[in-house]
This record gives sequence, structure tokens and C-alpha cells, in this order.
Amino acid sequence: MNQYLNFQKKFKMPKEKRLKKFGRINGLSIQFMPYSEIRNLDSTKRIKKILNVVLSNNILIIQGKLKVEEESRLIGDTMAIIGHVKNFKGIELAVISENENKGIWNKIKNSLVKILSKGELGAITIIGPATIVKEIKRNPKKIELLLNK
Amino acid sequence: MVIKVLKNFFKRIFSSIFKNRKDIKLGFYGPPNAGKTSLANRICKDFTGEEMGSISKIPHETRKIQFKEKVEIDYKGKTMTFKMADTPGIATKIDYEDFLKYRVNKKDAKKRAREATEGVIESIKWLDDMEIVVIVIDASENPYNQVNITLLGNLVARKIPVLIVANKIDLKKANIKKIESAFPDYEVVGISAKYGKNIEEFYESIFKLSKKI
Repeated sequence: MNQYLNFQKKFKMPKEKRLKKFGRINGLSIQFMPYSEIRNLDSTKRIKKILNVVLSNNILIIQGKLKVEEESRLIGDTMAIIGHVKNFKGIELAVISENENKGIWNKIKNSLVKILSKGELGAITIIGPATIVKEIKRNPKKIELLLNK
Repeated sequence: MVIKVLKNFFKRIFSSIFKNRKDIKLGFYGPPNAGKTSLANRICKDFTGEEMGSISKIPHETRKIQFKEKVEIDYKGKTMTFKMADTPGIATKIDYEDFLKYRVNKKDAKKRAREATEGVIESIKWLDDMEIVVIVIDASENPYNQVNITLLGNLVARKIPVLIVANKIDLKKANIKKIESAFPDYEVVGISAKYGKNIEEFYESIFKLSKKI
């Protein structure tokens, strides 16, 4: 019943007000980090840089992906911070990689690109603080970023 | 030439005997509440008569790595001895408020959250020590979870043989095909650790995997 009343109230609102309210999100910041910013950093500095951005309540989109051992270290370091930084509850993390392409030619091509660019650029890494990002839902065809209210 | 062939033959026989007698370090990894402890308990109950750890609906019930030495698994007349490691579930976020939903009081919830974070760090640390890893995934959940992908990546980089177990196939929502299509390069065995369904196939896969060490 309450839901119905809320629905009615919402649609009795003047059109201008409704349009202003629609899609409004307060205080959300998305930061893009090109691979060149982390290319020459060692693992410790890379993770520190990433965590600094996330701890400032930003959603971070990185061009490329971290090394597998860096990913697990990022999880470990995140766990170590929980409880020491106020309101920090961890991160949501997703890596979208084009490496699903099979075949020898694609593998050779990807390896060459990796060597030349000193990193895996055919990927995108999304990292967000768990207080802001509720869930990153992914399946092979799409990725959904669900935010906390 | 003949001596060399004979020498190699005996060397292979002796090394295979030695290999079989060594305890293989078998780790159970995966996200929280996937059924790692349930599976470890099932194996221990089948072959030692004792359970390994407590299970609960509350996530992060296992917060410290548990070891069980000298678990002799018999399968079709063959025996292998394992040192089993049941690890805390790996997560990227832990919020003590999530435990409050399970009627855990605030103080205990905070303690549980702190121990769970330590457990994740411990799990990651022990990864290097494993010889075979079983990644336990809840077959009723979305398998495209970064924890599963990161874990697999780390195991491949360390050249540790891995078996993916799709647990909870007794649930209506379970979908093994989804898990198989998410990880096409790996063997996936669907089981129900709770009811022991398909557990023989799991033992067969573990024996096969042990030969890769």
C-alpha cells in the first residue's frame, strides 16, 4: 500500500521537479587510470596507488590489468586495511579481458602486444570501495555496476 | 645401452613408489559459503571417521586454516595419502553488519569480521604451499566472480594442478553447465558435499590430478 502511495506521490510531482530528481547521484566519482601511470611502478607502488584512489571513495577504472600475484596481493592488502580505516569494508573488483579469444594466432598476437606495451592492455579493471559499489555483476556479455543507496 | 634402460626403469619404479607414499598437500579454496568445509568433512568422514571443521549458514565460519594429516583415500583398490587443508573463504569485502542479519550480536560480529579478514590473508599466504587445489564453487551462484578468476590465475602461474568442484548440485538453482562454460579449460565435477552425491567422480578426478604433480 505504502509503495502504491509513494508511486502516486512521485507521479503527482511537477514534471520539471521529476526530471531534476531522475538519475541524480550525489558524490560519485569515477577515475580513469591509463596504463602508462602504473607501467613503470613496482607491485607495491601499484597497489598503494590503487588503494589510495579507492580509499578516497572513488571508483577506479584502469586501462589493462594487474599481474595475477598483484591481484591476490591487492585482496590481501585490502583485508589488512579493513578495521583500520574508518568505514572501509573492502573493495569490489572485476577484470574484463579480451583473452577469451582462442586460437594460436590470437595468443601470439596478444603475447606480442603484451611484450611491446609492457602490460595487458586488452583488458579493463574496475575497482570500487564496497561502501559505494554493492556488486559488480558480470557474465560473458555484459557487466553491471550496482551501487549502494 | 641395456644397462641404461634398466637403470631408468628401476629409477621410475622407485620414484613412483616414493611419490605414492608422500602425503600430497591438497587445499580447498574458494569464496565463502561454497561448501569447502562440507566437502573436507565428507572426505574425512569417509576415510577417517572424523569431521574436519564446523559448518554454518553464516559466511566465514572457517576463519583459520585447518589441516588434517594422513588422510588415506581409497579409490578402486588404489590408495593415496593426503594432507588436507581447509581454508577460510576468500572475499574482497567483509562487513561486520552482514553478520548481524544472522542474529550475531554486534561485538561478536565485529570479532568475526576481524578474524575473517585475517583468514583471507592466511588463505592467500598458504597457496604457495599446496600441491593440488580444489576450487569449490556454489553451483547455484554466478561463477563469474573475480575471486574465482584471481584464484585460478594464481594457480596457473604457480603451475599447481586444479580441479573445480561445482558444489550444491542438489539445489534447484544449481547450474553446472554455466560453471563449465565459465571455465572451459578446466575439469569441473558437480557434487553435493552435503548428501555425498557424485562423490566417487570427485575421488576419481583427484586421483587423476595427483598424477600431474
